[in-house]
Parts: sequence; C-alpha cells; structure tokens
Amino acid sequence: MFYLIQLLNGVQYGLLLFLLASGLTLIFGIMGVMNLAHGSFYMIGAYLAYWLIKITGSLWLTIPLGLSIALIIGLALEQTFFSRLYKRDHLYQVLLTFGLILILEELRSVLFGDDVHGVAVPALLDFSIPLTDTLSYPVYRLFLTGVCLVVAAAMVLVIRRTRLGMMIRAGSSNREMAASLGVNIPLLFALVFAFGTALAAFAGMIAAPISSVFPGMGNQILIICFVVVVIGGIGSIYGAMIASLAIGLADTVGKVLAPELSGIAIYLLMAVILLWRPQGLTNKA
Amino acid sequence: MPNISLSRAALISGALLLAVFPLTGATFYIQLGAKIMIMAIFALSLDLLVGHTGLVSLGHAAYFGLAAYVLALISPKYEAASLWLTLPTAMVAAATAALIIGFLVVRTAGVYFIMVTLAFAQMLYAVFHDTKLGGGSDGIYIYIRPDATIAGIKPVDLENPVQFYYFVLAVMIAVYYLLSKVLHAPFGRALAGIKINENRMRSLGYPVFTYKLAAFVFAGALAGIAGYLAASQFGFVNPEILAWHHSGTALMMVILGGMGRLHGPLIGAFAYVLLQEFFSAASVFGAYAKHWQLAMGSLIVLIVLILPHGLADLFDRAHLNERGDVNPADGEPK
Repeated sequence: MFYLIQLLNGVQYGLLLFLLASGLTLIFGIMGVMNLAHGSFYMIGAYLAYWLIKITGSLWLTIPLGLSIALIIGLALEQTFFSRLYKRDHLYQVLLTFGLILILEELRSVLFGDDVHGVAVPALLDFSIPLTDTLSYPVYRLFLTGVCLVVAAAMVLVIRRTRLGMMIRAGSSNREMAASLGVNIPLLFALVFAFGTALAAFAGMIAAPISSVFPGMGNQILIICFVVVVIGGIGSIYGAMIASLAIGLADTVGKVLAPELSGIAIYLLMAVILLWRPQGLTNKA
Repeated sequence: MPNISLSRAALISGALLLAVFPLTGATFYIQLGAKIMIMAIFALSLDLLVGHTGLVSLGHAAYFGLAAYVLALISPKYEAASLWLTLPTAMVAAATAALIIGFLVVRTAGVYFIMVTLAFAQMLYAVFHDTKLGGGSDGIYIYIRPDATIAGIKPVDLENPVQFYYFVLAVMIAVYYLLSKVLHAPFGRALAGIKINENRMRSLGYPVFTYKLAAFVFAGALAGIAGYLAASQFGFVNPEILAWHHSGTALMMVILGGMGRLHGPLIGAFAYVLLQEFFSAASVFGAYAKHWQLAMGSLIVLIVLILPHGLADLFDRAHLNERGDVNPADGEPK
C-alpha cells in the first residue's frame, strides 16, 4: 500500500511536470527560443491562485480568471520581448529571459513579500480516501492527476487532429516552408507562446494547494523541466510525456530510498541518457 | 598598427590605475576592488568558452564553487592552510569536475548544451545543499586565510586587505596574459575556427571534441582560481556560490563587457559590480534599494535589446569611427 501511494505521487508529480515541460519543449521546438522565464510563469500562476482565492474565495472562479490573466501576460511579453528574439543567438535569449526572471522575482517580492503562503484545498475535494487503517490518499491529488491527464489528452488531440495542430507541426519541422505555404507564422508563434505560458501558469495554480506558494518556486521547477526536455528530446510532446513520468517516478522513489541523494538521482538519469542518446529519447541524431 | 598600441596603452593605464588605487587607503573600496577582480577572473574564464569557442555555458559557477568548497573542506580549522598546496588542489578538483561533466556535455550543442551545463551545475548545488558534506545549506566558515609561506619566506600576507588586493591583481594579470598567449597559439586559433564553423574544422581533420573538452577543462580550472580567491576573501562558502544565479551573473558580465575580446570581461565585471553597488545603495534608492534586482534585470533586458556587443564594442566603435574605419551604411567595422 505504501508503494502504491508513492507510485501515485510519482505519477502525479510527473504529470504536473508534463504541463510545464510540454510548453517549454513546444516553444523550443517551434520558435527556437530558449525560455528561462518559463518557470516564472509557474510561479505567477501559483501567486495568482493565492491572490485570487483571497478575493473570490473559490478555486473554481480563480482558475479561469487566472488563466486569462496569464494569457494576457504571456501575449504582452511575447509582443514586447520574445518576438524580437526569434532570430537571435541562444545566448541573448538566455540573457534576456534571465533578466526577466530577476524582474518577475523582484516584482513578486514587492507585491507579495518573501513569506511562504499556503493555499487552501477547495472544500469539495478536501478529504482523503482511506486505504488501510493508517494510510489514506488525499482526493485533491487524484483530482490533480485527472486534470493533468485530461489536459495532456486534449493537447495531443489538438496537435494531432486539428488544423491548428497541423500548422504547429508544420512550423516546428520547417518554419520557412510553412510560412511560404501561407501559415501566418507571427500569429502562430504568439499563440503557441501564450498557450505554453498559460499552461505553466495553470500548473502553478492547481499545484498551489499542495506545494504552497514560496519565493524561487519557479526556478526550482524550471531546472527539473530542462532535465525533462533534455531526456525527452526538444520539440517532442511524446518525449516530454515519457521523460516527465520517468523523472516524477525517479524523484519520488529517490526520496523514499535515499532522501539525501534524491536531489541527484534525476541528474544521474540525465547523464545516462546523454551517454546513450545525446539528442534525447525520441529525436534521431 | 596604431589600433593595437592604443588599446595596449589603455590596458596598461588601466592596470596602473588599479595598482595605485589602494593608496587611497579606503579599506571598503579596496576589498570591493579585490572582489571585482575575482569576478573578472571568473568572467575571463567563462569568455574562453562563450566568446572564443562558442560554447554557451550556464553552469560555470559549478567550477568556481567547487574550488571554493575544496579550500573550505581541506583547510584545518585552527591554523592556516598552505596556499601552494591548496590552490593547486582546488584547481585540480575544478578541472577534474569539468573533465567529467565536459565529457558528457560537450557531446551536445546549442540549447542542449545550455540546459545540460545548467543541470549539472544544479546537481553539484544539490550535492552541497542536501548532504552534510559541505555543511548543508548553512555552508562552512574558513577561519584563517591560506598562508603563502614558501621555503621560509612569506611573499604576501593574505590576511592583510591591501596585500590580498595586490595578490588578486597579480593573479588577474597572469590569467589575462596566459589567455592572450593561449588564444594566439594554434590551440586558440583552432577554438576560434570551431566557433565560426565546427563542421569545417572537423573536415579539416581537427579533433573538435577534444579541443572543446580541453577548452572546457581549462576554463573550469581558471574558474577554480577565482572560486578559491573568493573563498579566501570572504572566509565563507555556501551553496549559493554554485547556484545558477551566479553562472548567469558571470554570463552577464561577459556580454555587458563584450564577449570574444579579452578586455571585454574585465570591463564587464567592473561595470556589473559597480552598477549593482549603485542600484543597492540605500542613499540613492531608499526603500527600493533592497529590490535592486529589478533595476539589474531591466538593465540586462535593455542591454540585450540595444547593446548586444557590449561596452567594449561601444569604445572600439567610437575609436574606429574617429579613424573613419566604420562602414557608414550599417555602422559595422569595415
């Protein structure tokens, strides 16, 4: 039973990582932009949840409101900064987004202070399923797993089955060719960027009740997402899915077996993958 | 070549200025000066990768921090460690880490390289942050600075801020000189070739992987010197010196100064630290001084958007302009 709980936790963490890493990998794969500030959107989402729940009193109102705000922020940043970066060297993308992280972190400090805040689990889901006499599993975590699965499935459907998805795939495999065939690349880029960052903010919002809301939370998860993207291969949604679950499980199992070394387990996994397939699991060299 | 002699004159006057600066006697500023020169060594070592080999590392603080930790871990608690023993040890440790990590990361290119260097640096951060090895997140104190006595003679007393300053200045000039020799040697020319066109160098028969790995290890060892000096100056190490903020800061210094030219990182380190001191000065910004990162972040964004070639380019360009060497159409040097 104990292992079942760890397995569920690992899957839930992995799926949450997928929400972040899929946006990151799409933005890399399609626009060629290295976005260090992706983790900051996770943080923005979590703080939006904390702030909006205080105002509205309900997570169900908070999520659509927060998503709209995150979409607007994403679009605004795409128009002001990222659209100027598409043809620049990765070095400048790294620096500009590094600067953005400093700005967003500091704005967070000005607006919300540096304390750790908790976000209440919505009353509807605030109970646990008893598994044995002593062990039980919180329903909110199951809900989180379910939501992530639905979003992941919707994303795969959009990318595989719709006209928009076709354009995204075309833009990702050959930008110039897609543009010359009449795909509106600037619009497509703006959409994908805003969508990717909104997804990261969404992950932050729904994770807030279990992870709490704290300074630097975005950077911590960003680096894990990089590991996911490196293992899965840039631009690959399926690779991101497999790698997210692998990292989620490795991290959870690591924490149980060797708590002190768990921070290192995922990097060792990455090192092995790099030796075996430097271009990631799903990309052919 | 009047151009070269002019920049050499600027460099020598810069070095002289640094040499007479401690005569002002303001200990705070002397220590600040030493801190800046340590960061300049760090930025110089990173520029070997970013500016001269085309490898954008976002995990360079790992080698800086590792060398600092090595000094802290091998220093006896109540007596001074020998400089001549601990400095090489720290450098070898940093170089070894760079060799192992480099063996894995140099296989990758582009954004992969950026992410993977960052991830491995973060792994070292996790090692020192999560385990008891280096005192966990609290770090370790170094109570007594390394002792430079050799064969009964003590050439420099590192406990004395002024002498420490001159020691750092000498090391910085030595690193600068070493790098300028290496970059003009066949090895450095090969790195420049790899930066411009890796495939061409490979088809010319250069073992590109070995060259890149060698540059990575060399840069790691030089970053180790900077880390060692930083640990000696502050007498304290904690995991934050390995963290990616530190790597990002070094990268920013390289770009702010101007990458790919040796005086760029030096100008960048001075400009960055002085700006940071300015933005965090409570006398200027009052209550907002503690939010100096807001100003620093905005500055970084602005630099990327309007001054991508750094401050050194601004000077060089003004100088070329005077001599009419700039193409009037696009402002690029002819």
